[in-house]
Amino acid sequence: MAPSLGMYVHVPFCSSRCGYCDFNTYTATELGKDVRRDTFHEVLVDEIRYARSVLGEDPRPVSTVFVGGGTPTLIGSEGLNSVLVAIRDEFGLAHDAEVTTEANPDSVDAAMLAELLDGGYTRISLGMQSSAPAVLRVLDRTHTPGASVKAARTARDIGFQHVNLDLIYGTPGETDDDLRRTLDDVLTAGIDHVSAYSLIVEDGTPLARRVARGELPAPDDDVMAERYVLIDDALTAAGLHWYEVSNWAETGGECRHNLAYWRSDDWWGVGPGAHSHVAGERWWNTKHPRTYAERLSSGSSPEDGREVLDEEQSHTERVMLGVRLAEGIAVSGLTVDPALVTEGLIAPDALVGGTIVLTRRGRLLADAVVRRLLG
Amino acid sequence: MPANAPAPKPGRTEPSVIRNFCIIAHIDHGKSTLADRMLQQTGVVEERAMRAQYLDRMDIERERGITIKSQAVRLPYRAADGSDYVLNMIDTPGHVDFTYEVSRSLAACEGAVLLVDAAQGIEAQTLANLYLALETDLTIIPVLNKIDLPAAQPEKYAAELAHLIGCSPDDVLLVSAKTGLGVNALLERIIEQIPAPIGDADAPARAMIFDSVYDTYRGVVTYVRVIDGHISTRERIQMMSTGAVHELLEVGVISPEPMPAEGLGVGEVGYLITGVKDVRQSRVGDTVTTERKGATEALGGYQDPKPMVFSGLYPIDGSDYPELRDALDKLKLNDAALIYEPETSLALGFGFRCGFLGLLHMEIVRERLEREANLDLISTAPNVIYRVVRDDGSEIVVTNPSEFPTQKVSRIFEPIVKSTIILPSEFVGTVMELCQQRRGSLLGMDYLSEDRVEMRYTLPLAEIVFDFFDALKSRTRGYASLDYELSGEQEADLVKVDILLHGDPVDAFSAIVHRDKAMSYGTMMTSKLKELIPRQQFEVPIQAAIGSRVITRETIRAIRKDVLAKCYGGDISRKRKLLEKQKEGKKRMKMVGRVEVPQEAFVAALSTTEPPKK
Repeated sequence: MAPSLGMYVHVPFCSSRCGYCDFNTYTATELGKDVRRDTFHEVLVDEIRYARSVLGEDPRPVSTVFVGGGTPTLIGSEGLNSVLVAIRDEFGLAHDAEVTTEANPDSVDAAMLAELLDGGYTRISLGMQSSAPAVLRVLDRTHTPGASVKAARTARDIGFQHVNLDLIYGTPGETDDDLRRTLDDVLTAGIDHVSAYSLIVEDGTPLARRVARGELPAPDDDVMAERYVLIDDALTAAGLHWYEVSNWAETGGECRHNLAYWRSDDWWGVGPGAHSHVAGERWWNTKHPRTYAERLSSGSSPEDGREVLDEEQSHTERVMLGVRLAEGIAVSGLTVDPALVTEGLIAPDALVGGTIVLTRRGRLLADAVVRRLLG
Repeated sequence: MPANAPAPKPGRTEPSVIRNFCIIAHIDHGKSTLADRMLQQTGVVEERAMRAQYLDRMDIERERGITIKSQAVRLPYRAADGSDYVLNMIDTPGHVDFTYEVSRSLAACEGAVLLVDAAQGIEAQTLANLYLALETDLTIIPVLNKIDLPAAQPEKYAAELAHLIGCSPDDVLLVSAKTGLGVNALLERIIEQIPAPIGDADAPARAMIFDSVYDTYRGVVTYVRVIDGHISTRERIQMMSTGAVHELLEVGVISPEPMPAEGLGVGEVGYLITGVKDVRQSRVGDTVTTERKGATEALGGYQDPKPMVFSGLYPIDGSDYPELRDALDKLKLNDAALIYEPETSLALGFGFRCGFLGLLHMEIVRERLEREANLDLISTAPNVIYRVVRDDGSEIVVTNPSEFPTQKVSRIFEPIVKSTIILPSEFVGTVMELCQQRRGSLLGMDYLSEDRVEMRYTLPLAEIVFDFFDALKSRTRGYASLDYELSGEQEADLVKVDILLHGDPVDAFSAIVHRDKAMSYGTMMTSKLKELIPRQQFEVPIQAAIGSRVITRETIRAIRKDVLAKCYGGDISRKRKLLEKQKEGKKRMKMVGRVEVPQEAFVAALSTTEPPKK
């Protein structure tokens, strides 16, 4: 069976820049007058049409769409809806397609959410990060602590079946109690999905500079491990099970678009700096929105680089990504060091059934397990 | 110089016009620059062919500004009195490790130019070499160099030199080798004061080897000073220490390029080429005679070079082992003192146990291996040679901590040195404290001038090989200088400290130390390693132990998190590349039992400087 085809759409705009973020996104001041937000969806539509021409006779409809950023809601519901129209026109959407957009708690309201629901969006992902004001300040997030939970409830109320809240834990200054309160809030929002990421201090970010200057302590891995356990316990108790190292959901609430990444399925990435993976090849677009738009308007590809995966690389990726999933990966083709079981890193019962599934300790040491599996 | 009168020819030079001298100087006091100036002022090198430090051939010498191999240059010179002379300038190595070579160079001379920086005064190595020259009865010509420097204090240091050699401060020549000022006066002083060589021209030939250098094209070039008789190309020569006979392919002098000659007579200095390929067959200090009607009695003073400091040298990339072996084999041709044998370390793989004259010799060898053979090397902490007497009276010589007996021994002896330290008087207290810590005993102390002191200590060599010089420099803000010479051995209470990682000893970290120092060595290594070894999936104890008794312990806690939180579309290539890099890195990991130790941790743990934070 051919893998499913997904589509990622990148909206490279933010109203302000968060100190921890190294994503490909720009504020209005950074972009100047050359790139217009209000018509940027037209450029994205251009790439969707270009994708159609490249994929030619590929008969697959798009089964998942994920609009991320940046802050996708900055191009408005009209912009977001017109992108979806283009995908439907060019590729067709599967009848059960999952269509997600990320949203900033500050920049969505009930009216906008209703328009998105009407336009065909099925899932909303909100960047909550934390309930603790001090933590939000370190992260430079502008929303008030209650805004995310409120936005999530609104989304549920007007008819979105699937709503996700993104959390960041281990931020300098965060306490166990901050995290507990955050989790309590999350669980009152009535959502069916939580992503929780330990804070990564990325090179070149303002946060990295603050840590380097000693203004903030570097995150501690032992603390991260304890917080992860705290999160896993709380969410599991509330009926959200882990299905990927950093993702928990009610049954049926798993994000199918993201699962496609970890299952090494096919997807096309639309937008500046977006990555694609189709038929064993990866490529990525030029990062700056202006260059990106110029390329497309002159009728050329926005691609910036490409790699064809050889067999070993494909294998490496399959193991590295698949092992992060609760469904695990097949043992066949791998040599499993029995010590991985005795050290409590992979589940013995699943192994008997021919599948490698990480224990909770194993999830925390997943990269080490991958290295040992790949020898 | 007038061109009409030909200079005296090698092999036919009257001893009475010969002056053999060397220059005794500290690193950076301007010996090479003075030599350059002499080459120019005697006219043997034309102005336009001149280059800085003309006589230092090896790159490493020019870069570090030190002279490792001595050379001899014949300088024909017409003096102010109108007579022609031949000056043989013998360049001596300037470092403590090469005291024996220095002594042989001195023995080839009748006089020495004592060259001292007029802004710094005499340093310990110079002083030690001066004493050596005085013992050899050389005529000393005191010279202050760099008098053009604003910081020069000629009166102060002239008084210092006068006090040391027992002359008047007015006898000290003032020179600037850089500008050439006073160099002519120095040449004249050499003619006037240094005695001409005396020897028996009719006696069987005897020439002393004072240097021996391997040349890729010519094989070994041997530098000699003829004491008695005559050496000529027509006769085969014999090495008196071994009795080995060689054809004489070429005899000549360096002036300053090699010039073949018919022979060398009494008092002359020149080179011999016999076609041998290894400097071990033509050793410094040996006596050369003729095969036919040869001398029966060798000149005195010959010694076999004796390595005193040992260290394991390993290629960082294990596959470079054959290259390391070839490079050592090649280096050995030019270094009679270097010894080595294959050694295997659990932690470091295949390498060589090498023996050196001292620390500088070790550094030079390592640097040449790295530079000339393009190798990345790691060396274990240096140790000295020990004599161990077992309970049954039998003796073993230990050059490697792994050979140290585990059972009880009756006595252990370690080499000791007599050291000279020259320092500003304000630092006397702190240096005494340092020497105390290093188990030194004070032999004596003298003021060289009102604010400079010469201290003499007996110290265990082992205490000097381990960062003593760095400690001395840092305690005296760089002002102290050090020299030492071996002076026998002493009994000492020594133990072997092993470092255990997760219960497994790491051979490269074992050390023989004084019992009182065992704890501090153990603590230093365990805390260093705790910083350097990445956390593993299990808890790793790091222990220091004497035999089975653990004396100190650190613990590396088990790692709890090793997973990248986020991994979506755009992260995948990046993460795969990171993984591929980690896999590459894992190949450079050494397994000590179950513990993965990065190669860099060994390198950093074995370096004497502060380890970088993990």
